[in-house]
Amino acid sequence: MLPFLIRRLASGAVVLVAVCCLAFLLLFFSTDDVAVNILGEQATPEQIAAKNAELGLDQPLLQRLADWWVAVLSGDFGSSWFNNETVVGALAARLPVTLTVVAVAILAIGVLATTLGMTAAVRRGWADRAVQTGAAIGDALPSFMIGLILVSIFVVALPWFPAVSVIAPGSGVSAWVASLTLPMIALLINGVAASAQQVRGAVLTQLSRDHVRTLRSRGLPEREILFRHVLRSAAPAGLTVLSLQFIGMLSAVVVLEQVFALPGVGTLAVQATTTGDLPLVMGVVAYTTVIVVVVNLLVDLANGWLNPKVRVA
Amino acid sequence: MSEHSISSVPPTPTGPAPRRRGGETLRRLLGNPLGLTAVVLLGVIAVAVLLADVIAPFDPNYADIRNILSTPDLEHPLGTDGGGRDILSRLLVGGQTTLLAALLCAGVAIVVGLPTGMLAGYYGGLVDGAGAWVTNIVLALPGMIVLLAVRAAVGPSVWVSMIAFGLILSPGFFRLARTAVRSVRSELYIDAAKVSGLSDARILRRHVLSVVRAPLIIQGALVCGVAIAVQSGLEFLGLGDSAVPTWGVMLNEGFRSMYDAPLNLFFPVLAIALATSALVLLGNALRDALDDPTGPGSGGARAAAAAAVAERRRAGADEPDSSTGGHLLEVRDLRVGYPQADGTVKEVVSGVSLTLDRGEVLGVVGESGSGKSQTAFSVLGLLPGDALITGGTIRIDDAHTVAPGDTAVDQARLRPLRGKRIGYIPQEPMSNLDPAFSIGYQLVRPMTHLLGISREEAGRRAEDLLRSVGITDPARVMRSFPHEVSGGMAQRVLIAGAISCEPDLVIADEPTTALDVTVQAEVLDVLRDLQARMGLAVLLVTHNFGVVADLCDRVVVMREGSVVEQGEVRSILREPQEDYTRTLLDAMLADKPGRAKALAAPATPNPSGENLETTR
Repeated sequence: MLPFLIRRLASGAVVLVAVCCLAFLLLFFSTDDVAVNILGEQATPEQIAAKNAELGLDQPLLQRLADWWVAVLSGDFGSSWFNNETVVGALAARLPVTLTVVAVAILAIGVLATTLGMTAAVRRGWADRAVQTGAAIGDALPSFMIGLILVSIFVVALPWFPAVSVIAPGSGVSAWVASLTLPMIALLINGVAASAQQVRGAVLTQLSRDHVRTLRSRGLPEREILFRHVLRSAAPAGLTVLSLQFIGMLSAVVVLEQVFALPGVGTLAVQATTTGDLPLVMGVVAYTTVIVVVVNLLVDLANGWLNPKVRVA
Repeated sequence: MSEHSISSVPPTPTGPAPRRRGGETLRRLLGNPLGLTAVVLLGVIAVAVLLADVIAPFDPNYADIRNILSTPDLEHPLGTDGGGRDILSRLLVGGQTTLLAALLCAGVAIVVGLPTGMLAGYYGGLVDGAGAWVTNIVLALPGMIVLLAVRAAVGPSVWVSMIAFGLILSPGFFRLARTAVRSVRSELYIDAAKVSGLSDARILRRHVLSVVRAPLIIQGALVCGVAIAVQSGLEFLGLGDSAVPTWGVMLNEGFRSMYDAPLNLFFPVLAIALATSALVLLGNALRDALDDPTGPGSGGARAAAAAAVAERRRAGADEPDSSTGGHLLEVRDLRVGYPQADGTVKEVVSGVSLTLDRGEVLGVVGESGSGKSQTAFSVLGLLPGDALITGGTIRIDDAHTVAPGDTAVDQARLRPLRGKRIGYIPQEPMSNLDPAFSIGYQLVRPMTHLLGISREEAGRRAEDLLRSVGITDPARVMRSFPHEVSGGMAQRVLIAGAISCEPDLVIADEPTTALDVTVQAEVLDVLRDLQARMGLAVLLVTHNFGVVADLCDRVVVMREGSVVEQGEVRSILREPQEDYTRTLLDAMLADKPGRAKALAAPATPNPSGENLETTR
């Protein structure tokens, strides 16, 4: 188990370094306009040169990349070019909103997709057809479109939910529920649709395996066979689907936060992108990659724990 | 929809098997209501968008500022937007950019993913390793964040962002092509092509492209759908080029005037939803048309076939049961069939009768497809879900598990018997143990459940059982997982499991076929010894007359679902009445090559059900 763990950790670190370097080189390749954007059109060449020197933009690209890594390794992601907020502070203020939406949605998706997928695979017949049809429809609609539909109904037509997030520093649970319920549902519908089909397939594959027939021949109760044996062997496939769902959600939530005017990382990312606030964009890229690497590591660990062959190796 | 749920799970081509004619697939695709809807929808959208310059009533950017946010009327069939521009015209013209950009995305993904995947699959080694590594990195990236970074670096061009997104989605095609090439590569015809001197490039083009073509179209349709969704999402965020009308830009404008003119949001939402749904449905329908050779519309025909059998069975339920009574197991005129897509029922067991008494060993002999395993599974009540009992009865201890009129085994009656009264020894040892549980658990759990004994006691019994099947260090084997023991060891474990709750009847399905010759003999010794010691009745399914001669009292010879002859082993070995029995006997005497000869001999034609036992 330990060598397995070390291998996965190492490969996660390599991914992290590679992605950050690539993003940095891409983003900082042409930074000619940055000083003008910050100072305004009237800036004199001297002011621009001073600003460039202040931001370190007069240094060679690779030098800047090295400086960035040195700073990051000591925990300093720099500050926004436009309002001097530190990147770490900006992310910390917005992460809770985004992670709450995504985490609650992924948990609910796990439960619902497993239930529906299992039911479809075990019952077959009309239950199977219903799940498959529903999944095809839900899967075809991107979550932000579902969000738009939800907004038109439950915010515009029936004002049940606030149009703009009411989450403020120190606000209570009710504000979070009011602001995050609809975006969670939007993520949920699409995610359940996509995952239930995969769970169904995984369970069907497991049900047709020889050892399931042998377990039945041993006189074990059908419930026990389904929940202890079939579900467990289908779990790695399900977890992999969920981890991919999770990565997809980090994308989807960027747009959803705009639909529901949520103060999350996605909103931050869009602002930073439109203004060209590159330190912030780098911060978002790095944070997302870390989260993805960690989630994939957790899934690998869980799968290793579920599979005795990996556990021993 | 999340792009990763699609890019990561490509519709895997299952080797060169599904090389069906294109016309057949198309017919099945259009026969599926969802597939037909998708094709018609896409056709309408494509035509409308292609003819946009002709049918659009206004220039998409012509602004009538005296007429902003107007409701639909004759002049503006879908109303105008916040700038007084005609919505219908903007939808039609905007669709051109939206759809073309989606095609560009799919094109980039294919151009990058397909050749690299083919090379990786064909050459393997370093190329493959590098490809897999890059693929894993790209798959681990949230696409939207990458696109935001690209937007920050390069600017608001829809074409640039769709090229970038195409790169992000290319791993889907890489995996698709790689899997396909690997499976084709292992096929003989590539070797044959190599021998005949074709260049690598030609081999890839000729053989591999024909295999990936269909999954490629499926994946392409799904990718186009995702591309439209993501592109609209970006533009909805205001990151698109607002000077170029697209559905996403309209979404953004409609969202801003949502309270004043909800329809302005509704129309682009509808256009995007229709286009993405049609593409996803097309992909799914195409996959169904290729996947299931019997097609999606066949469920009804199968159900009808099953219902007809049930009707006929009920009508015959009063027929006298010609049971002789008093046997442990009595199978009478058993028929088993599987409903087919064309509404017929294909019979794999056609009127089998046999009896088995306590302490008796009955061999059921026949080649693959003779229905012997299907008969055994009928007795166990473990036939596949779509199997139908089309005739006959089964009685255990003079109580029906299949009564006259039943089209399925009576599970309520059989469930309490399995494990306790009937044990089962499967054919393939390694695949019949759950790889996720220790051997000890798999032996102990049925005993604690069925016998109601404690885990400690069951553990002691399991060790005794393992010793009785010739395992010298039971404690170690109990702690092991299935992948840690040999095939012969696993088969001993399975035999121990079958007899752990002291059944009266054991059904052994080719218990030695998958084992090495030396291990076969040992396992047969174990079986013979246990049978004698416990007084078991054994129904032994085998293709091997040697096993029959070794273990059985009586034998039933089966062929193509029917009993050819049955009787005492000694008399059948000495004076077989049927040619077919003689062929099987000759095969045994001539050992392995003989068996192959007998199976290939014209006397045993059975093309239809050849692989039934392995595929069911």
